[in-house]
Amino acid sequence: MKYISEYRDARLVRVVIEEITHTVTRPWVIMEICGGQTHSIMKYGLDQLLPIGLELVHGPGCPVCVTSLEMIDKSLAIAAKPDIIFTSYGDMLRVPGSTGDLFSIRASGADVRVVYSSLDAIKIAQDNPQKQVVFFAIGFETTAPANAMSVMQAQKLGLKNFSLLVSHVRVPPAMHAILGSPQNRVQGFLAAGHVCSVMGFWEYEPIAEKYQVPVVVTGFEPLDISQGILQVVRLLERGTHQVQNAYSRVVSFEGNQPAQKMINLVFEECDQKWRGIGVIPSSGWRLKPEFQFFDAAERFQVQNISPVESPLCIAGKILQGLNKPIQCPAFASQCTPEHPLGATMVSSEGACAAYYRYGRTS
Amino acid sequence: MKIMCLAVPGKITEIYEANGLLMGKIDFGGVTREVCLAYVPDAKLGDYTIIHVGFALNLIDEKEALETLALIDEIDNLGSDE
Repeated sequence: MKYISEYRDARLVRVVIEEITHTVTRPWVIMEICGGQTHSIMKYGLDQLLPIGLELVHGPGCPVCVTSLEMIDKSLAIAAKPDIIFTSYGDMLRVPGSTGDLFSIRASGADVRVVYSSLDAIKIAQDNPQKQVVFFAIGFETTAPANAMSVMQAQKLGLKNFSLLVSHVRVPPAMHAILGSPQNRVQGFLAAGHVCSVMGFWEYEPIAEKYQVPVVVTGFEPLDISQGILQVVRLLERGTHQVQNAYSRVVSFEGNQPAQKMINLVFEECDQKWRGIGVIPSSGWRLKPEFQFFDAAERFQVQNISPVESPLCIAGKILQGLNKPIQCPAFASQCTPEHPLGATMVSSEGACAAYYRYGRTS
Repeated sequence: MKIMCLAVPGKITEIYEANGLLMGKIDFGGVTREVCLAYVPDAKLGDYTIIHVGFALNLIDEKEALETLALIDEIDNLGSDE
């Protein structure tokens, strides 16, 4: 078993889709939290195979999309300073700030480097002791263990020239925000499999209970997603609101304990601003006071930022499942992956980029 | 590498220590990458794992994988009996 081809078997996907069609008796709205799942759905055309009335709406699980504009502007301000090497996961470079993006800062002479892992940034700091190396520590629960580890490594190696611009977000508070909104349409969730691989899925039980919604932990291959949808639909039709795991080859109830331990060692919960959505209580992680030394925002004094968002972009509504990309007047006209107005058009996990790339343009 | 939450499974082909961290080489269908194995201390050569931003965050459970596929086969068989 290679754990790929088996889960892309078109015959098995059709079997599951047929079962969904047999099971559905009325319209339902299901949200897939994770932008990675949104892309899989578009790529394999699963949205077009589902019975009419079964609607998938796309959630806020795109780390690049929800990183606040203030934070992007801070990254630009730090990267533009002299003697800095600014390191980041690749997707962040094209995210529009108030003026320009990390690419344009690089074009004007700044040393901005794409890294695959936070440990690559550590290596750059070791190799360049005369420079300050800043790592843009963004993401959901999936990147937090890696980002936390870089802090521990920097401390262990005594690196004085390494710091992080931290902007972490967490899924469960975002689900509370979506379900608690008076405009909410979501009746069931596909939970993001890889977030759950770190955190487990114990955090979802109180949410399912409080809002009476089923939640099914779901993977990323077409068969995984179809199976997740089938399980949510069965629960909706039965009127039950359990949490189920359709990705048990990867996810356990309690999650990855060593990873959670590391996160809790380095980070603490904080209120976090989500781009286009606003502040969600307790939805972020920041460095604990004992690791303040590694806080790039403190070290480089970039607190006073007044961001300016594009007046056309409706990314916030898209990320809350209230609108689809094609309902935006700028979609595929003024806003394209080459000239994005909002982060959802940039990222490989953004809903607008998925609609554009896979031809859902009308 | 652009994608933070999407990940494909890879096979562990080497395990070693570097800078005090458990590290390994992972084969993604012919492409090999170095990854950190600190969060999967029980990893063995030949295990499949899913990697996020250079870190292995779990080992794939073959038994569970087969059970999921068997469940779907069951739906299929029920369908063909009708």
